[in-house]
Amino acid sequence: MPRRTDIKKILIIGSGPIIIGQACEFDYSGTQACKVLKQDGFKVILVNSNPATIMTDPEFADRTYIEPITPEVIEKIIEKEKPDALLPTLGGQTGLNAAVALAESGVLHRFGVELIGAKLQVIKKAEGRNLFKKAMSRIGLDLPRSSFAYSLSEALRNVEDVGFPVVIRPSFTLGGTGGGIAYNLEEFRNIVSTGLMLSPINEVLIEESVIGWKEYELEVMRDLKDNVVIVCPIENFDPMGIHTGDSITVAPAQTLTDKEYQQLRDAAIAIMREIGVETGGSNIQFAVHPETGRLVVIEMNPRVSRSSALASKATGFPIAKIAAKLAVGYTLDEIPNDITKETPACFEPTIDYVVVKIPRWTFEKFPEADARLTTKMKSVGEAMSIGRTFKEALQKAIRSLEIDRYGLGADGREEIIEEQVHQKLAVPTQDRIFYIKYALSMGMSVEEVYELAKIDPWFLYQIQEIVLVEQEISKYNLKTLPKELLKQAKRYGFSDVQIAYLTGSTEEAVREKRKDSGITPTFKLVDTCAAEFEAYTPYYYSTYEVESEIRPSTKPKIAIFGSGPNRIGQGIEFDYCCVHAAFALKEEGFETIMINCNPETVSTDYDTSDRLYFEPLTLEDALNIVGAEKPKGVILQFGGQTPLKLAVPLEKAGVKILGTSPDSIDLAEDRKRFGALLRKLGVNQPPHGTATSFKEALKVARGIGYPLLVRPSYVLGGRAMEIVYSEEMLEGYIASAVKASPEHPILLDKFLEDAVEIDVDAVSDGETIFIGGIMEHIEEAGIHSGDSACVIPPLSITDQQIEEIKECTRTLARVLNVVGLINIQYAIKGGTLYVLEVNPRASRTVPYVSKATGIPLAKLAARAMVGRTLKELGYEERHELKHIAIKEVVLPFGRFPEVDTVLGPEMKSTGEVMGIDQGFGQAFAKAQMGAGVPLPAKGTIFISVRNRDKKAIVHIAKKLVELGFEIVSTKGTAEVLTQSGVKVKEVLKVREGRPNVVDLIKNGEIDLVINTPWGKGPRTDGYYIRTATSAYGIPCITTIAGASAAIKGIEAMIVGDIAVKAIQDYHIEEFLLETKTESASAVEEKKCSK
Amino acid sequence: MREKAILALEDGTTYEGTAFGAIGEAVGEVVFNTSMTGYQEVLTDPSYAGQIVTMTYPHIGNYGVNSEDYESRGPFVEGFVVREYSRIYSNWRAEDSLENFLNSYGIVGIQNIDTRALTKHIRSEGAMKGVLSSVDLDTQSLVEKAKASPGLIGRDLVKNVTTDKPHIWWETKRVKHFHVVAFDFGIKRNILRSLETVGCKITVVPASTKAEEVLALNPDGILLSNGPGDPAGVPYAIETTGKLLGKKPIFGICLGHQILALALGGRTYKLKFGHRGGNQPVKNLLTGGVEITAQNHGFAVDQNSLKVSEREWRVGKTIPIGGWKGETEFGSIEITHINLNDGTVEGLRCLDIPAYSVQYHPEASPGPHDSRYLFEQFMKLMEEENIG
Repeated sequence: MPRRTDIKKILIIGSGPIIIGQACEFDYSGTQACKVLKQDGFKVILVNSNPATIMTDPEFADRTYIEPITPEVIEKIIEKEKPDALLPTLGGQTGLNAAVALAESGVLHRFGVELIGAKLQVIKKAEGRNLFKKAMSRIGLDLPRSSFAYSLSEALRNVEDVGFPVVIRPSFTLGGTGGGIAYNLEEFRNIVSTGLMLSPINEVLIEESVIGWKEYELEVMRDLKDNVVIVCPIENFDPMGIHTGDSITVAPAQTLTDKEYQQLRDAAIAIMREIGVETGGSNIQFAVHPETGRLVVIEMNPRVSRSSALASKATGFPIAKIAAKLAVGYTLDEIPNDITKETPACFEPTIDYVVVKIPRWTFEKFPEADARLTTKMKSVGEAMSIGRTFKEALQKAIRSLEIDRYGLGADGREEIIEEQVHQKLAVPTQDRIFYIKYALSMGMSVEEVYELAKIDPWFLYQIQEIVLVEQEISKYNLKTLPKELLKQAKRYGFSDVQIAYLTGSTEEAVREKRKDSGITPTFKLVDTCAAEFEAYTPYYYSTYEVESEIRPSTKPKIAIFGSGPNRIGQGIEFDYCCVHAAFALKEEGFETIMINCNPETVSTDYDTSDRLYFEPLTLEDALNIVGAEKPKGVILQFGGQTPLKLAVPLEKAGVKILGTSPDSIDLAEDRKRFGALLRKLGVNQPPHGTATSFKEALKVARGIGYPLLVRPSYVLGGRAMEIVYSEEMLEGYIASAVKASPEHPILLDKFLEDAVEIDVDAVSDGETIFIGGIMEHIEEAGIHSGDSACVIPPLSITDQQIEEIKECTRTLARVLNVVGLINIQYAIKGGTLYVLEVNPRASRTVPYVSKATGIPLAKLAARAMVGRTLKELGYEERHELKHIAIKEVVLPFGRFPEVDTVLGPEMKSTGEVMGIDQGFGQAFAKAQMGAGVPLPAKGTIFISVRNRDKKAIVHIAKKLVELGFEIVSTKGTAEVLTQSGVKVKEVLKVREGRPNVVDLIKNGEIDLVINTPWGKGPRTDGYYIRTATSAYGIPCITTIAGASAAIKGIEAMIVGDIAVKAIQDYHIEEFLLETKTESASAVEEKKCSK
Repeated sequence: MREKAILALEDGTTYEGTAFGAIGEAVGEVVFNTSMTGYQEVLTDPSYAGQIVTMTYPHIGNYGVNSEDYESRGPFVEGFVVREYSRIYSNWRAEDSLENFLNSYGIVGIQNIDTRALTKHIRSEGAMKGVLSSVDLDTQSLVEKAKASPGLIGRDLVKNVTTDKPHIWWETKRVKHFHVVAFDFGIKRNILRSLETVGCKITVVPASTKAEEVLALNPDGILLSNGPGDPAGVPYAIETTGKLLGKKPIFGICLGHQILALALGGRTYKLKFGHRGGNQPVKNLLTGGVEITAQNHGFAVDQNSLKVSEREWRVGKTIPIGGWKGETEFGSIEITHINLNDGTVEGLRCLDIPAYSVQYHPEASPGPHDSRYLFEQFMKLMEEENIG
């Protein structure tokens, strides 16, 4: 039937900041939905607190609210906008939970808002474990034996029936949060207590362990007429017991006969019908016993998810887009398949290739964290690859991860610890795949490996086949290597780097030989139908086959290199810039080519650019693509560090790099060269030096003086950076830093304590430099800029200082011949301006700045890179803003309870939110709310600061008392406060006995913690305090500057009224200008026609 | 090291790969199947007699073969084309490897060719004759052989696959309410199992059985099964069916559906490359719902020959509920199902006599179970006729 006409305005809830378990996939899904609903004539209202998303660009929805995703705030938006319907299934668990809260509190009913996409009872039946269990037994489906508990004592009784090991699943939480596997009573007690607390309905499921069983996921869609289709069957390489988000997964399923697959399919359909999902998609997880085939249902998510994004990219079937259409009344047979155009979406994709997804972890940032993989998700991103066989796809996926590996071993970077082999096979960690390969290559049988790892033997045999070819190759050198073997190696996914290593030659030589032998990759289409129908959407992958399917094109091409899998330090923000570049260049009349391997992002939506290459971002793959496509130029500066590494070799190979030259980028990164340049320009920089050995480092350190910031060169996210306060700390650092980047020296900079840090993002076209945004960090300098809360416009520096900053920025941009984006980090100490870092490329603050000022910086930069001038594009710098925009980050410490929450120079945040409002206090309060740690309006505040801050804290404490708070402190701070006339209650330090401050926190008696640390790491008092706050969701401020900001925020909270305002209203003129911007070719056309 | 093998098509296109399965030479019509699971059922589906089957899904053999998943007494394909044969299999029901299975039945296979390129070629040029060989590696010779091979049009391949004498199918101890006579034109076992599930005892009869012999068995209903080749190649089956129309309830599947249409006076035609897979959307015009179906056919019923007034389907178009009416010498009929990918006829039923049929495979195997209701429908039809 045609879609509903009784609904005119739809409110969509986004998923908020990127966190482990809920990341860019919701930007991809939400953007698709907004687009398709707007196109269909609906008015779309969007709320999402994350400014680094494409969906919150003002053109995707009619009214965009970058506000905290809480029921109270959404209620205000509903009151203002009066939508007819709410679509909650595109915002992950966050969106779903918010919608449920609004429904249950009666808000939706009061304002006449209908829940579409998933009705309330459907959500509850699917997510509430109790209701789900009952529903499953009604349709005769087996679940693992289980029972519910609402208290620890109940749980202890239940576990006696179920037995150990046992799985604990809290209801309504995300990514396995609060859950886990318990092997003994002690673990059981801990996990159950946490789970009960984190579940909004205090419910946990105590479940029979099906650890080691085979795990499958089906992505399913159902419409109003009860048409049901399976979009993608996914088999988990890692068995049950490891969260699907932390498992290597493969599509389609590889080891099920048709009869067994149909059993899953029938079950999935029955589940959709019983739960009642009737206008959307779901993810359903099953476990299958490897020896009996017994099938049990594990769980169901009645919404789009990380898996549905993966399934969409794996098959080409755009689940979120279709789910949005189903939500407004279309049926599957009424929606055309985007890719084939002539056939309907009501079918099941069939694929003629294999897709492998491998998660990306960043455990190196959290050395204290437990790196074992369990039912609680720990990965921060993922890479996906496509190949004609599993072997090819697996090796491609490994080199897509960017962990400096070029396939399954055999790349000279093996780090196997012989004694750990058995353990590494049995206890899953991020490098298990390499240990599997090692074990097999050392002669361990597939059966033995299976006994330990419980990974299906079929996959293990595939790896064994890779090992056999590897062993064969090693017998030869490059000259004697037979052509047939080289071809087979390429078909098995071996990279040139691996073949070079095995034959003792170089990557270039291998490439030469390959080309001479006619062994080059072909490019095939992802078309949802295994070539049965003609495909119109150009979505390609490389493989060593016979026929290539690239079509000739008519327009000049530009290739944009993406940022690869998400990780801390390189995430959605860079993808945002790449997508914007694609949009802008398309308008400029180019054919855009996107290259990326991240299935979660908008950049890998085939709609975003004219051609999509789902490929690893290595030199070999880059050369393959540019060789086949011959673009006019490539853009490498928008994808973070990943594509930049390719700049020099690509340039050497004759590829035109658009924008700022690789040499300039190198100059900015090379401390010696850059230091000399700054000296020449008379620009201040903190004293610094480089060293390649401990002795040299000591000498340099003594020359500069402590404290020092030490780090390896040329990295992102501040990996392996540290602040050292003494020679001992320096020695300790050097011992561990050598691992980080052995070919590059370490850098030592004077660390400017108590300075104000400023970030600037600007665009240059080679002549004019446009300062996009100047932001001030609210945390002190020294904490990674990616982890700081920031504010635009800056508040505590003078106009003269701002002018100085602008001038310096322009000078540096000119001197580096920047064409495109440039980001500069400054510090102001004692009235002097210092340059800390210059990055002549996209930075992660670009989306935030663009949202704060309304100016699409990345698009301007892309246009400048193809020759447009900023003058003709017409934008004006906008620094006198009538509003304040604050960026606040979210930290993953809840996932790693063992880790200290103290922020240091290594970046730790996974995502960000923005709080935007007229005044600073309101904006800050919103930012904290959006980040999930809302400031209290009343209650008790714990304060404990290091000696240096004791003077400053007095004023802050006094203010808090005035606002009606009670203050609790440990001895040293309490003394200082009492002496200054502040009423304070003293509490014991952790090492002084019980009850102490941590007990108070656990009892819910503390509403805010201000704790500035001296030293960090486990076993310090501060460590216990801070880990308790992150476990219990209490805001924890670790700097004086942060405390001052908090006060303003608290004041705003107390006054009460948080107002909401659409982003389109903040940037009226800018928005109009952007939509009027004409492309160069359109301008040319007009000129010619005159 | 494996031997080389070559697949040569009649239009001169050749593909070089390596041999697996039996060593030898095979001749047939080259077609492709897009199912991602179910190769054992595909291989043992007698409808593939005369054909060299290409699987589009690259990994074949992953879960071995077992004794339960046979759809007939053995494989009937002439040859098998895959991208990568999985030497090793892993599944709790597996009893042997796919290669041993193919070897024991003498089925020639080829792997390591660009099956996607081959599929695209067939898609654009149509299914065509081909030769698959691991003994003759002279491409010119093979192309000549392909050109000279008989092809499918007008040939009776049913006689090669049908049972040689009538026998009872009775696998379970389920209560039997109905007696069905099933014409074995190449019948798949899952049709028999599905009938048994709805309470039927079945007598399976050879394809050439006469109408009188069938009626003498006093069945409650008659099933016209699937089978290989061109329906025009089995005029005796069409004639026999014509004599049975109106006398007993009839249910036709795949080739059976085509035979029914021809017996009603309609015509069939050859599709460019057929429908073979487990994901094809079929719209039930009577309910408006869509079924995902398993398909394997190279010919289709021409709706115009049944005097169905010009009705067409386009993606995105809303179709009103109700069958598309037509006329035959046996009374009115209606088209009950159409394929949503290309609008071809997928099902019809007679309104004045008890007979209906579908082009696709409600018994699946391999494939989805969305259309199982058609067996219940047959049961109900027989019930009504018995009462009436």
